This record gives sequence, C-alpha cells and structure tokens, in this order.
Amino acid sequence: MDLFEYQGRDLFERHGLPVLGGGVAETPQEARAIAERLGGKVVVKAQVKVGGRGKAGGVKLADGADEAEARATDILGMDIKGHTVGKVMLAETADIKEEYYFSYLLDRANRTFLCIASVAGGMEIETVAETDPDRVAKVAIDASKGVDEAKAREIVTLAKFPADVADQVVDIAVKLWQAFVAEDALLVEVNPLAKVGDGRVLALDAKVTLDENAGFRHPDHEALEDKSAVDPIEQAAKAKNLNYVKLDGEVGIIGNGAGLVMSTLDVVAYAGEKHGNVKPANFLDIGGGASAQVMANGLEIVLGDPSVKSVFVNVFGGITACDAVANGIIQALELLAERGETVTKPLVVRLDGNNAEAGRAILDGANNPLVTRVDTMDGAAEKAAELAAAGK
Amino acid sequence: MAIWLTKDSKVIVQGITGGEGSKHTKRMLAAGTNVVGGVNPRKAGTKVDFDGTELPVFATVAEAIKETGADVSVIFVPPAFTKAAVLEAIDAEIPLAIVITEGVPVQDSASFWSYNVAKGEKTRIIGPNCPGIASPGASNAGIIPADITPQGRIGLVSKSGTLTYQLMYELREFGFSTAVGIGGDPIIGTTHIDALKAFQEDPDTDAIVMIGEIGGDAEERAAEFIKANVTKPVVGYIAGFTAPPGKTMGHAGAIISGSAGTADAKKAALEAAGVKVGKTPSETARLMREIMS
Repeated sequence: MDLFEYQGRDLFERHGLPVLGGGVAETPQEARAIAERLGGKVVVKAQVKVGGRGKAGGVKLADGADEAEARATDILGMDIKGHTVGKVMLAETADIKEEYYFSYLLDRANRTFLCIASVAGGMEIETVAETDPDRVAKVAIDASKGVDEAKAREIVTLAKFPADVADQVVDIAVKLWQAFVAEDALLVEVNPLAKVGDGRVLALDAKVTLDENAGFRHPDHEALEDKSAVDPIEQAAKAKNLNYVKLDGEVGIIGNGAGLVMSTLDVVAYAGEKHGNVKPANFLDIGGGASAQVMANGLEIVLGDPSVKSVFVNVFGGITACDAVANGIIQALELLAERGETVTKPLVVRLDGNNAEAGRAILDGANNPLVTRVDTMDGAAEKAAELAAAGK
Repeated sequence: MAIWLTKDSKVIVQGITGGEGSKHTKRMLAAGTNVVGGVNPRKAGTKVDFDGTELPVFATVAEAIKETGADVSVIFVPPAFTKAAVLEAIDAEIPLAIVITEGVPVQDSASFWSYNVAKGEKTRIIGPNCPGIASPGASNAGIIPADITPQGRIGLVSKSGTLTYQLMYELREFGFSTAVGIGGDPIIGTTHIDALKAFQEDPDTDAIVMIGEIGGDAEERAAEFIKANVTKPVVGYIAGFTAPPGKTMGHAGAIISGSAGTADAKKAALEAAGVKVGKTPSETARLMREIMS
C-alpha cells in the first residue's frame, strides 16, 4: 500500500524524524485554517500517488492564509495523470541550501534490503544513477543486523555527505531504518532530504509503501487506506474477501490460482484480437478450495460489473475436484436467482484436472442456456471473447 | 531419482494439528509420502491418527529429527508464526524446509533468509507462498495434487501453483521427475536458478519447463544462468502480459513497478538465452512435446 505524502510525513514525525510543520486539507477553508496555524509562507502540495505533480502545477507557494486558500482552490479537483486531487498538504517553507536523497527499499534479487543515498537529491534518483552513477551509493542492509550507528556512518561516508551534515544524516539514517522496520515498510524514500538555511537537515518529502501482508501486526494501517480512490467494484470484492483487480475490458474472468488467472487474462486478450478487440474486464482469483459460496460471491461481483459482456470461468481442479466446482457454478447461479438477480450474461466454463469428466457432466446435465462448456483454455477464451464481442 | 525430494525423504509437518496441516498430511500420506511425524509444542507427546496412520507430535523440529531421522519439513503455520517456525527449522539444520503459508510479511522472510545465510545455508528453504515440491512416484511434500502425472523425465520450476498443475496435466503423457513450486512472494528461499542448476545436474531429467510471471527480475537472471550453464532443453512460459503496472496480481510479488518486471522483458531475456517461450500454457506444452517426442 502506497501512502500519501502527508501520511508519510506523519509517520516520519511519529518516528522522530525531522520534518516541517504541516497539515492536510480537503477544502480551501481547511487549507486556510492550517495556513493560519502555520503562519507566514506555506507550500500547498497536491496529494496524489503519482510522480510529476510539480510540473503539472500541483505544488504552489502561498504567502499567507488568503493565498493558501486560493492555491488550494486551484489545486483541489485538479487532474494529475488521471488522479483527481482530493487533498492538499500545507507545509512550512524551507530555505533549501542543498538537496540530498535517501531511501530504504526491498532488494528482491539479493533477498535483502537496500539503502540508496545520494548528495544529488531533488530529482529522480534513476536519472542521477544514469547520468552520475558515482554520486549514488547503494548499500546492502542485512535484515538481521539492520542499521545501527556504525552502518549509518558507513552509508554516509560512501555517499560522501558533507562533513557539516554527517552527524545529522547518521541520526536520520538510523531513525528512518527504525521506522522502516517498525511499520513493516517495503519502501521509505526521502527526496529531497534537505539542508536548510539554519543548518538543519530535514525530510521535505515522504514516500512510503507498507507491506499489506503485515497488516495483522498493524491494526492502525487500515485507516491509511485511501478508500476514495478504490474502484467501487474492487471495494465490494474486498468486502467479500475476494482477490479482485478491476481492468478495463469486457470479458469477466474467474479462475483459481494467481498464475492461472494472470495467464487467463493473457489468453483472453490474445483471443480478443480476433473478436472486436475485447479485453479482460478483471482479475479474480477464487483460490484453491473455492466453495459454492465463494463462486457465487465471485460471479455476483463479476456479473455486477456493467462493462462485462461475457464471463470466462477457468478452473484447473488441483485440490478442489471439478465436480465440486461445477456444482458451485450451478448453485451460484441458483443463489443469484434466489437473491432476485437475473443473470443474462453468457458464461463460458472450462474445467480440467481432478474429476473434470464428472464436473463437465454436471454442467451438461444442468443444461443452463447461459452456460457454454469448452474443454480447453484456449478454446474457451476464444468463445468468451466471441460472446463478449457479440454483446458489445 | 529426482531433485531434493526422493522416495527416501522423511517428512515432518510443522502445524500438523491445524486445519490445513492435517488436511494435507492426509493427502501426502495417501500419495505415498513417508510422513514420519509433526511438530506442535502444545500437543507434544500425543499422536494424531490419519486414516489409520498414527503420527507422533513433537515439541520441536530438533526433537522430531532426533526421533525420526526426518530430513524434510513442510510448514503450514499461519503467517504470524511462520518466521518462528522457519527459524526453528533452520536451527535444527533440517536439509529441506517447505513454506506453504501465504501472506508472510516480507520483513519476516528477509529475516529468516538472512539467518539461514548466516548459518551457512544448511537448510534449503522453498517458498513462502508456494505449493511445495512433488517427485511423482516417489514423494510429495506440500499441496501439489499427486495424481496429475506419473514419473517421467521432465523437470518443472514455477512461481505459480495452478500453472504448475496445468502444465503437468498437459504433459502427463511424458511424466515428471520433479515439479517445484518456488512461490509468488518477493523474497523466496529457492529461485528458478537453484532449480535449473539441480535439474541440469539430475541424470533423470531430460528437459525443463520454467514458468515465471510479472514482477522482479528473477526470470531475467535465470535466462543469464541458462545461457551460461544449462545444456538441457528449456521451455518457458510467462504469465501477466496484459497485467497493468502498479497492481498486485494475486501473488504479493506479481507487480510491475514502473517499467520493471514486465512479461515482455522476461520473454525477451529468455528467448535471447535460446529458451523457447510459449504464448499460452498449451503452446508451451506443445513446444515441450516437440522436444520430448
């Protein structure tokens, strides 16, 4: 889960990192109140989870509360690369003398964590790494040992931080690591980490990604989720504990296992190339031992998506037997009928693996005109794409 | 023969008394796996009956090894306790620990991996978030269905469980030496490269199926390894060509970050290493069929 800058700033503050005073506003009036509290010049920053907001006009300086309110009015509701701005952060301004970069992140390839630090901050670190690789220090962090003062000093030396800020950066490096571990983060990035006029080093931006798998240790993280940005169908699916991602096509997809469902999306997209360019409408993994209830919930979510014109149920019976899956589909359709939901969209079902013959016989026996059975994944994808194209 | 798991493997189950642990212990026994016991400190000293097979429950992995000679542990404990279970397996120096559990925090995986490295990697960890390992006709440790294919001479390594089953099913006429599900998490104990190396060295494996998916660069690194070290034919498949960037697709590790981790990049890397990559699972099976026939 990616956090907004203001959430990252608050998280940094809670862990004792030096940040500027600030607050978040959803209305120009709230922005005014925060500007009054902060006093003097403030910076008004669009809160979007996408880079390049400055260039898009989402970051403005304001002198006093009147201007802050006006700038907030301009920025709230703006569209930045497809993200509508619903919140602005107001922060004290800083007299920036030097800009650095500091982050901790997951290093999948080396199965550990990595610190990236640079005295060339304030711009994309990828760009610095390409144009000026000598100014980017990358230091592996052993997950068992972490970052103590000695490790922090090693990083600061390798990244060639100036002597006058070294002690401050060492302290920040240790505290940022503690925050990274304590919050189960996958990324904490400070860009810029800045030296300001009075010599202090401050975190002027905060980019934080939290590990959703660690949610059980952090009941407070749920409140950080941006409910407004989540697609309503994704939200409904989440409420039913379904592993669902909304996509922008017409063929609804239900399958078991993340890999198989990803593969199904691809196969449907290829088939769609021949059928009006239809595409998958969603990713939905109902998991290993899916019951009729889970299948019903899944079908309800997928059928409830107005852009869906046909549904492809692609199941490989591994642990679950296909006869149970077939019964699940039939029961699911009955359940939906009982709930008073008329199903009119065609379903294409492919069952393979454990007890496939029995499962296919059950579907044939039910003789539901909406259900077409196809025995291969490629053939079924083709049929589902064809039906979706016809229903467009 | 097979890689890592053979008919001589003695398997214990950490979390044997839990719902998933007991369900799959039963399945493993039915598949002919030599399951010799389980671990649960609160139920140590008791025995659990699995359709007529009585298995002892031990307090620790170390005790289970001492009493039974176990050399494989399959871990079914919930995410909050997985790290402790893996650390215990590492401390007991069990040669193979298979972590089935889905939803383990990355900091926990990073931490037990680092601990394993510090201890000299005496334990091969497979997973987390994986279906385990199956050597058809010999042994089955994890949740891979045992009856998809007979023993044969194809080796398979995959991040995905159901795609493993799908390919095993499509190639059931040939059978498999070993199928390894390495898991879909960002940090995993056994990589594609580890399995490719073992299959290359296994005299009973003639050809290899490698299944990958979006996220990270494990497939790209595997491609480099294949180019330099693998002489046996390798057929590849990558899932997630149409996955949008920035969205986690089911597996915690299946996410395209910016322009990194795309299926196209993985396919290109594999093809540059001489690996034939199928566009769909069926086409992948067809490519392997051509090699095996």
